[in-house]
Amino acid sequence: MIIFENVSKKFGTGAALSDISFLVDKGEFVFLVGPTGSGKTTVLRLITRELFPTQGKVIVNNWDVIKLPHSKIPELRKKIGVIFQDLKLLADRTIFENTALPLDVAGLEPEQIEKRVEEILKQVGIFEHKDKFPSQLSGGELQRVAIARALALSPEIILADEPTGNLDPATSWEIVKVLSDINEQGTTVVMATHNADIIKSLSKRVLELSQGNLVKDSKTKHKAKDKEENKEEKEEEKQ
Amino acid sequence: MNAIRSSWKNIRRSPYQAIGAIFIMTLTFLAVSIFTFILLGSSRVISYFESKPQVTAFFKDEATNAQIDSLKKDVETTGKVSSTKFVSKEQALKIYREQNKNDPLLLDLVTADILPASLEVSTEKIADLAEISSAIQKSPIVQEVIYQKDVVATLSSWTSALRKLGVAVIVILSLVSVFIMITIIGIKISQKRQDIEIMKLIGANNWYIRWPFIFEGIFYGLLGALVGWVVSVGALFYATPTLSSFLRGIPVFPVSPVFLLALLLVEFVLASLLGALSSYLAVLRYLK
Repeated sequence: MIIFENVSKKFGTGAALSDISFLVDKGEFVFLVGPTGSGKTTVLRLITRELFPTQGKVIVNNWDVIKLPHSKIPELRKKIGVIFQDLKLLADRTIFENTALPLDVAGLEPEQIEKRVEEILKQVGIFEHKDKFPSQLSGGELQRVAIARALALSPEIILADEPTGNLDPATSWEIVKVLSDINEQGTTVVMATHNADIIKSLSKRVLELSQGNLVKDSKTKHKAKDKEENKEEKEEEKQ
Repeated sequence: MNAIRSSWKNIRRSPYQAIGAIFIMTLTFLAVSIFTFILLGSSRVISYFESKPQVTAFFKDEATNAQIDSLKKDVETTGKVSSTKFVSKEQALKIYREQNKNDPLLLDLVTADILPASLEVSTEKIADLAEISSAIQKSPIVQEVIYQKDVVATLSSWTSALRKLGVAVIVILSLVSVFIMITIIGIKISQKRQDIEIMKLIGANNWYIRWPFIFEGIFYGLLGALVGWVVSVGALFYATPTLSSFLRGIPVFPVSPVFLLALLLVEFVLASLLGALSSYLAVLRYLK
């Protein structure tokens, strides 16, 4: 689903990423962790072709992102739902309009758009705010709008850049719950965060970055444990 | 449809820029309409004179009827004349009274004595006017000869100068409107830079972003053309009575409504093209 092969990215003279390789399978939930400036956002931006790697190969959905012609970039981006660190909501559009944007961009009919937006706003629990503007909502609510917009086109991949960044623990958990629900429905989720509590308690795969290097990939360790954990999780859910 | 809705929102949210854009378009199409009216009017005046090749000879007061009759015969025997008409002093007074019936002061001052008798000679062809005119001029009883060749020539040179001036004014105004529109749409694009960025990240292609701006340009063009047309047609109707009495007898008016509608239609097409072109240039310049 997402493949990084010896990817480096330099900004000016400094290296943001150096020689990173990893593979994220379809349906996986991956935490991208590391301190500020370690290159988490750069990884996400390389996936959406917002940035171009200095070296290496990025493959998303069997598309070689680097060789993708300009005209195909919108198509790539429609397959990826992004929850931006700064949310990037349009201030002069209502919650409904913000959520409808990707659907409108994709050329859906107004009736289809209305139906889908209603559905998705109910799913993330902010339907009652649909006619408000972003400035009228709280941080947690805005985060949900950003999630709703990222989910609108039912993308195969969700990239979440510190979606719990400015939120209190309770709200953070609600957000993570929404993301893991989506993941259970089969969507690949890559979440950049440095919230240690969340990472520990969810026990998902962790990719740790430090100063642009991939210093830890818990996948090998997890593989052995995976089955047991899955069992445990299921039992927990039953209880 | 959505693109049109977003352009409408853009227009409503920056009314001063919108008014500026509409004003410059109005000015351009006001000039287009006015010069069209002037050229139409003058071409009608010219064709009126051309369709009536006529020499008018005014006689001296001492001219006798016999002398006038002989001159009339001389002229008729040239074979180039289609008709001749003698207007006596009394008839001239009658015509004068008819033309100035609304102005009693002018009527009181004039008697038949003052007005000269005249002979109106019409020719088959406008080219023959000069020859007939100089022949009549030689007669001792003729005081003055006037003929339309002069009028037509003067009018033609005026019309051609006006046409050149009109084309120049319209070209300059069109260029100015294109540049002003590029600037206004450019400012709007800059204001929406962040939104555009977000839309691109969400997967919007270039045309999704461009269309609202193009529609905006077309809207300014159409509204400007409509206002310009309404103002010029209003001015035309307002001036019609004055102009009709000034051009007495020359059938310039009324201007047909079909012509006015056709003019509006042509202006709409031009305005859409001008608006779309300006926006497209702005989009190319500011949206890379």
